[in-house]
Amino acid sequence: MESALALHRFHFAFTITFHYIFVQLTLGLGFLIFLMKILALKTGDERWNEAARFWSKIFAINFALGVVTGIPMEFQFGTNWSRFSKGAGGVIGHTLGMEGLYTFFLESSFLGLMLFGEKRLGQIGHTIATAAVWIGSWMSGYLIVATNAWMQHPTGYHLGPKGEILLNSWWSLVFNEWAFWQYVHTITGGIVTGCFVVCGVGAYYILTKHHPEAGKRFLRLGVPAGALATLLVAFPTGDMQAKLVAKHQPVTLAAMEALFETSKGAPLAILGQPDMDKKRLDNPFIIPGVLSFVAQNRWTAEIRGLNEFPEDTWPDQIPLLYFAFHIMVGLGTLFIAVMASSAVWLWRGKLFEAKPLLWALMMFLPLPYVANTAGWMTTELGRQPWLIYGLLRTAAGTSPHVSSGSATFTLLGFMGMYSMLFMLGLFMIWRELDHGPGTKGEASTGY
Amino acid sequence: MLPVIWFCIVAVMVAMYVVLDGFDLGAGAIHLGVARNDRERRMVLRSIGPVWDGNEVWLLAGGGALYFAFPALYASSFSGFYLPLMIVLWLLILRGCAVEFRSHIDNAVWRPFWDVVFSFASALLAVFFGAALGNVVRGVPLNADGDFFLPLWTDFMPGPNPGILDWYTILIGVFALVTLIQHGSLWVNYKTEGDLQSRARRTAFAAWMAVVALTVVATIASFSIQPKLAQSFAEMPFGYIFPALALAGMSGVAVFLKKGEDLKAFLASAIYIIGMLTSVVFGVFPMVLPTVGDPSTALTIHNASAPEYGLRVGLAWFTPGIILAIGYTTYLYSKFAGKVNLDDAGH
Repeated sequence: MESALALHRFHFAFTITFHYIFVQLTLGLGFLIFLMKILALKTGDERWNEAARFWSKIFAINFALGVVTGIPMEFQFGTNWSRFSKGAGGVIGHTLGMEGLYTFFLESSFLGLMLFGEKRLGQIGHTIATAAVWIGSWMSGYLIVATNAWMQHPTGYHLGPKGEILLNSWWSLVFNEWAFWQYVHTITGGIVTGCFVVCGVGAYYILTKHHPEAGKRFLRLGVPAGALATLLVAFPTGDMQAKLVAKHQPVTLAAMEALFETSKGAPLAILGQPDMDKKRLDNPFIIPGVLSFVAQNRWTAEIRGLNEFPEDTWPDQIPLLYFAFHIMVGLGTLFIAVMASSAVWLWRGKLFEAKPLLWALMMFLPLPYVANTAGWMTTELGRQPWLIYGLLRTAAGTSPHVSSGSATFTLLGFMGMYSMLFMLGLFMIWRELDHGPGTKGEASTGY
Repeated sequence: MLPVIWFCIVAVMVAMYVVLDGFDLGAGAIHLGVARNDRERRMVLRSIGPVWDGNEVWLLAGGGALYFAFPALYASSFSGFYLPLMIVLWLLILRGCAVEFRSHIDNAVWRPFWDVVFSFASALLAVFFGAALGNVVRGVPLNADGDFFLPLWTDFMPGPNPGILDWYTILIGVFALVTLIQHGSLWVNYKTEGDLQSRARRTAFAAWMAVVALTVVATIASFSIQPKLAQSFAEMPFGYIFPALALAGMSGVAVFLKKGEDLKAFLASAIYIIGMLTSVVFGVFPMVLPTVGDPSTALTIHNASAPEYGLRVGLAWFTPGIILAIGYTTYLYSKFAGKVNLDDAGH
């Protein structure tokens, strides 16, 4: 049973992590393409439409991979987590059902028009179709985050006579306070990925002199948007989420920082490795007081350490959780530095000649993917050992009759298939990048 | 009353899925046979390209409705049908990639590769969906908690120790494939012109004859495997309206195809599918998942449904949502109406 549990967890973690590679770019790039369409309408400059068409081609490949890897997600709640589904389906089935009905129909109907409908619809109609796809993806994001938020911080339910979870307020499920900050944080995280992708490609085009004019255009949009998004993803959205964790999941906060002893003016670790045997942080490089300030807005506030909580309520992967959190925060800080300096150089009119910055923008392209993944790992590992915080343990949520052999079989199947999809996606996107912008007519010539 | 309403809603969503994604699965299954060159294959893909993704959303939306209205059914059936469901997911992934990626590179290796993937995945999906329906009619070995796990096959007999595949579920799988080939051929026949259209038309005729024969065989087999079917029709004779609908659709296909009224022939096929599905659903009602063991363990709309509050509040968000969804679907189909045209840039 123990090994089946680990397999079910890894099965979900692997498939959702892979799916989210595509989701985050959809969230960010859809919005940026919409901005390009708006700029084209406002300035009348056809080259913004050309940029929108180019990015729509990449968007289409990315979106297709997001769709096909998304379908398994909705099924896995039932296939691998049947006891969780039986217990909580009456609650989270609402948000997941609404996602299907309100957002997938919207996205799937307008995607074709976004890709093949520019002439048919005219510029205003085409901008509306682009907006529909973008809004659909953001609505979909909200409903998924609301589902996750309920698992992090269950509200709007009561327990029945046999301990069953009964929804009694749809309103508190959909407008959970946890969902709001988590959502804004997630969306800005997606915009950060979108901006770094647009800027990274732009910088590459300038450095290689491949399509320098298009590259400059990408930076003119991507750098200001990226500077804003990298700030917002930290303050206030990330900060507010940390405060929610401090308030509702204090043991998680302690685990994220590997803080074993309760302390006033608790430090934030910059470096160090959690030692779970000796229950301490090895090689610590710390800034005193910062954790207290982040959690409670006071430099001297008392933060409870792990030792104050029973060990069976500790997250079960503390080192991984600690590193996931620190990688996210560390990268987030670097993103602000790179985007803010690029914005200053852009404003001074010197960015396109500043080779070190162009190189940095290009080399940073993959890093938001790492940061977003690490962020979700912090969320999900931090919730352990609970599947629904305080209500249902992860070990009690699996499908009892799906053996570890079956789970291994399908996990290997997904790993094989997804490795292939990843190479396929990279290959096809690389071809589009190599070809570059300049398409007339439609974003895609279609089937 | 609320569980009955939700049972009907889920049934309608699933029927919508089978009718809509059914034609693009069917078009995929005949893709290699009826479309002989790149031009014709592009025409088949263009006839479904702008709509296949939206069609598949009916499966996800139906799954979502099932999840919150009947969580125990969702949990039991998805974990019990673990292996075939995962294979279905892989086939859906491959097929989606095939449709979307084939056109990106014009190359004598790339395009035929995706054509084969598209066609085989489509045909296998039809067989698997049919076999799934067969499993639901036959029943599964539910335990006292309402759980089960089925291996892919045991001895291929629908006895007390069945597998996903036995002679009965394979029969229904083949039946589903033939039905969707008829449905998909009629769609291609309606959407295209020239040689492609006449080949699709001939395929539709051949498939229709097979459908007639298999309807008889599958009906006899189903009534002998699942006694509840005969009982339902005997107790509630108004239920004969569903098989009558199927028969009307079946005759309609032949009549309209002969007359050359292609859209009507396609719609008749849709009515046939709806008639057959509703007959099955009516036959097993109020069960949603019969059992091959002790009948009291069967999942019904009563012991599998969510509490009343959830079902009531669900209706409140479902109603505007489904109206919007039907609106988008109608708009999309109207935007891409008429015969497909390769010279027109787009879809």
